[in-house]
Amino acid sequence: MFAFSFMRYAFFASTFIAITCGVVGVYVVARSYSFLAHTLSEIGFAGAAFAVFLGVEPLWGMLLFTLLGSVSVGELSLHSDQKESSISAISALFIGLGVLFLAISNSNSRYATSILFGSIIGVDREGVLRLVVLSVIVLLLLGLVQRQLNFDSFDHIGAIARGVKTGWVSFVFLIALAMAVSIGSQIVGSLLVFILLTLPASSARYLGKSILAMILWSVGIALIGVWLGLYLGFITNWPVTFFIAMIEVAIYLTTYFTHLVRHKL
Amino acid sequence: MILEVTNLTMKFDNKEIFKDLNFKLEAGSMTTLLGPNGTGKTTLINILMNLLSPTSGSFKFADNVKLGYVPQFRNIDVEYPLSIKSFVGLNAPTFKNKQVRADIQQELEEVNLSAIQNTRMGEASGGQKQRAYLAQALLDKPNMIILDEATASLDPVAKEELMQLIQHLNQKHQMTVLFVTHDLPLAKKYMKEYLYLNHGRIEQGKMSEFEGDYE
Repeated sequence: MFAFSFMRYAFFASTFIAITCGVVGVYVVARSYSFLAHTLSEIGFAGAAFAVFLGVEPLWGMLLFTLLGSVSVGELSLHSDQKESSISAISALFIGLGVLFLAISNSNSRYATSILFGSIIGVDREGVLRLVVLSVIVLLLLGLVQRQLNFDSFDHIGAIARGVKTGWVSFVFLIALAMAVSIGSQIVGSLLVFILLTLPASSARYLGKSILAMILWSVGIALIGVWLGLYLGFITNWPVTFFIAMIEVAIYLTTYFTHLVRHKL
Repeated sequence: MILEVTNLTMKFDNKEIFKDLNFKLEAGSMTTLLGPNGTGKTTLINILMNLLSPTSGSFKFADNVKLGYVPQFRNIDVEYPLSIKSFVGLNAPTFKNKQVRADIQQELEEVNLSAIQNTRMGEASGGQKQRAYLAQALLDKPNMIILDEATASLDPVAKEELMQLIQHLNQKHQMTVLFVTHDLPLAKKYMKEYLYLNHGRIEQGKMSEFEGDYE
């Protein structure tokens, strides 16, 4: 399998993406941002479609839209009383725009499919490098605010009481989240990127009792998903995204029901 | 003197919460802030913690004060994943050095939680949670601690445990305590001084001489 350079690139890029999404996911789940991550992936779709319309790399359009979207939607969800309704409205707006951009750019439907469902097999050497650099930036951003981010994400009231600048922490995290959505979309597609951002971390909540343990579990589960998904995709020729989704759901359900049996019965 | 409050006034949208509050707290004192629900006790604490700005007036802590604060509410549901030990160490870096780990152990022992430090916070009882909140605040080694309605949702046994712990901090470590409550019998049993906030005014005195009957 590794005799093919496209598979080597795919594995390398996926490894970094899984690590990034695994780490970011722990905070997405702790801060109850799963719905926001989902909305951002739709905003990312519109951004990618916009980039196609302009004739540039979809990743840049995605980054632009998710960065703008995450900060504005994040602000809205922090301050609005009807945050779910307003996020839904923004979501609808961006999906509509995405469809429009694709239609007027005269691109074929394969392009839309690869944005929505991912196209990691098609990533080239330059693409791999881009994804690795962006992943490292996301991890550095989180590393920079890790202490405050931990406190704010797992004990928001305690963090405010201790004088943590929670608005600033939230802003930095939203930027990291936007970048994670954009790079994660390269592997599973914008429609399913929230899989990598929520399911490994949700499983990790049942397995780890410290933030470090949760991060390690989350990254491990994300890696199992993408590695096994790529391998199964290679030998069956079925979509990689399908396998990743199934593996992550299976791991989540197993940990959830194990937790339920241990604690409720 | 560890705290001096001068002519402190607070209004929300022209509704006056309190006016011209004046009081002082001595270092090592054990004071309860009493008053019926809705009189502005938490508002006063939020001002002292710099979480709210007063309409007018001022307050000043002593230069050497190191403040610990345990707020009234926390978002810890039954599914909360962190262990008691991890929760107590939340305000420390992800990778903790030997000293930080030793400090966390020391605070866990101080609040009698070492034996169950690996229990998830979500599975801990109300009393255990309150002691974990206290331990988290104690990790910074404060010399004054403010607790806002820390016993409000506890059963009688857990209340006694927490109050004995606070008494121990005051007596053994000479920690100044400001304990907000509307539980008069509990305050009478454990606290030495009182601040009584009602109808926008405050009065101060020895707990044994308290004659208010708001309950």
